[in-house]
Amino acid sequence: MSVAQLELVHPAPLPLQHQVSEPRPEHAVIARFINIGARVLDVGCGDGALMQLLERERDARVRGVELDPAKAQYCVTRRLSVVQADADHDLEHFPSGSVDYVVFSHTLLSLRDPQQALKTAARVGDRVIVAFKNAGHWRTRLRFAREGRLANWRPEAMCSVRDFAELARSLRLSIERAVPVSGQHAGAPFAKTLWRPNWFAEQAVFLLTP
Amino acid sequence: MIHASGAAAKLQAAGGVRSLTFDAAQPLQLSNGENLAPLTLAFETYGALNVDRSNAVLVCHGLIGDQFVAGPNPVTGRPAWWPRIVGPGRPIDTNRFFVICSNVLGGSMGSTGPASPAADGQPFGLRFPQISIADIVRAQSMLVEALGIQNLFLVIGPEFGGMQALHWASAYPRRVFACGVVASAARQSAQNLAFAELARQAIMADADWRNGGYYAHGVRPARGAAIARAALSIASDAASEVRHRFETASAKERFSFAQSNEEARAGASHVERLDANSFLYLSRAMDGFDLAADFGGRLSNAFQDSQTRHGLFAFTSDWRYPPQETRSIARALIAAGAETASVEIPSAKGHEAYLADEPAFEAALTGFIDAAASARGLALQGGQ
Repeated sequence: MSVAQLELVHPAPLPLQHQVSEPRPEHAVIARFINIGARVLDVGCGDGALMQLLERERDARVRGVELDPAKAQYCVTRRLSVVQADADHDLEHFPSGSVDYVVFSHTLLSLRDPQQALKTAARVGDRVIVAFKNAGHWRTRLRFAREGRLANWRPEAMCSVRDFAELARSLRLSIERAVPVSGQHAGAPFAKTLWRPNWFAEQAVFLLTP
Repeated sequence: MIHASGAAAKLQAAGGVRSLTFDAAQPLQLSNGENLAPLTLAFETYGALNVDRSNAVLVCHGLIGDQFVAGPNPVTGRPAWWPRIVGPGRPIDTNRFFVICSNVLGGSMGSTGPASPAADGQPFGLRFPQISIADIVRAQSMLVEALGIQNLFLVIGPEFGGMQALHWASAYPRRVFACGVVASAARQSAQNLAFAELARQAIMADADWRNGGYYAHGVRPARGAAIARAALSIASDAASEVRHRFETASAKERFSFAQSNEEARAGASHVERLDANSFLYLSRAMDGFDLAADFGGRLSNAFQDSQTRHGLFAFTSDWRYPPQETRSIARALIAAGAETASVEIPSAKGHEAYLADEPAFEAALTGFIDAAASARGLALQGGQ
């Protein structure tokens, strides 16, 4: 039997579409935090856009965890090492110090116990990167003051820049760098003075070291 | 020694399908301490081995399967069992990879098994030694070595074959670059143990089984084997499908709902591929599989410091090897620090979804294989 005959037996090859989603501004900030060639664990990696960026720009060895079956499958189809798993339960199975960075890009606050997850992440990775939406932004505050409701409320924890700095301190994680992101742009890193990012940053990206 | 085409160098000739036989020069050391000789494995190869010998893929077949993964079985005339996955342009692309699929030790499609002649010239029957998944894998490893292949790019299989792939990755981590486990488990569940036991009882209750010695009487325990097949086939349907069949058949049939006549015939021809004694031995080997137990009860120890990339695939409606089984393998691989991709494919087709038209499965498997191929430095299709 020749290969040409085999082709009659087998169905036609599968068309594979590789879509490339727009890079998000916080992804660029995260990428700048990460050393070349580092091992990274992306918790809640979604469609894998950040993972691909880190592989491409930082030559990183990235693994991902994703709860949503469709997204996990999409990532694996895009050649990414993603495990369909629940970070609330499965993060603790990762061995200590097995990666250089654990990244939560807008995922930490959706977990059942963000504090515990952050603690586990600090054990698993040498450093932890957290990007989150700043609930202390003036627009959020103004809307809440005027209408008494949170826009686009979802059942997840809310956290301001100040809250997060306090959370990190309570877990004895030091803030190595912190960068505000508003619109499509990353702002100047901030350190001790929190009032400005707490009012004006739409999101913040923190790099924490245990 | 490889028959029919001689030396491994010939395997580098471009393309094509070959039916070959491997006669081991050494006896096979079995887990129970016995030695098995002579050992013969029948196998098929597809595609060409590259010069570096780095593109070899070993496909391990399921319990009621054979080596004819991508081409029809010349003995029974049945079509290839995994044509959607293995073939030109398919996820395991025979234009890129050199694919090996061997009939397992204990099988009945040309490999040494209970139907093979023992030293006295009579078929072994129940005198065939007890075998385990480890023995099956050791026999395959002798074959792979004889082909001159040091490292397999990928070892992959569904259910029973997935167990072999897991054992390969655990026992020979440096010889397996990537390991694919499809609708399988690291240990046979109690439910599967029960189904397998019923299937074996059905065969042994058939008067034609003759205590395993039916070869000499010119009969086969066909009825028992068909029931065995039906037991596994019912379990392989999705739960909703089983209910549907029951509800549609209950109006006509008084007691039995599982098989229409047509299916009974199909079942019979299915079983003919597999010798009834082979079924007893292989299902027993499968039932005895418990990878964690070999490593002090912790599955992650089986993969400690493994450099092998793992791809795990489960189907949501599979209740023989449900996604929870795959999740526990994924957890162990995570704990061992192994590079892992794991997905649960939404499907209504039950356990045999891995054989069916599931584009999401094919796409995810292709992604896993392509990622491994680029990490191994193998050219991707289209020269990427």
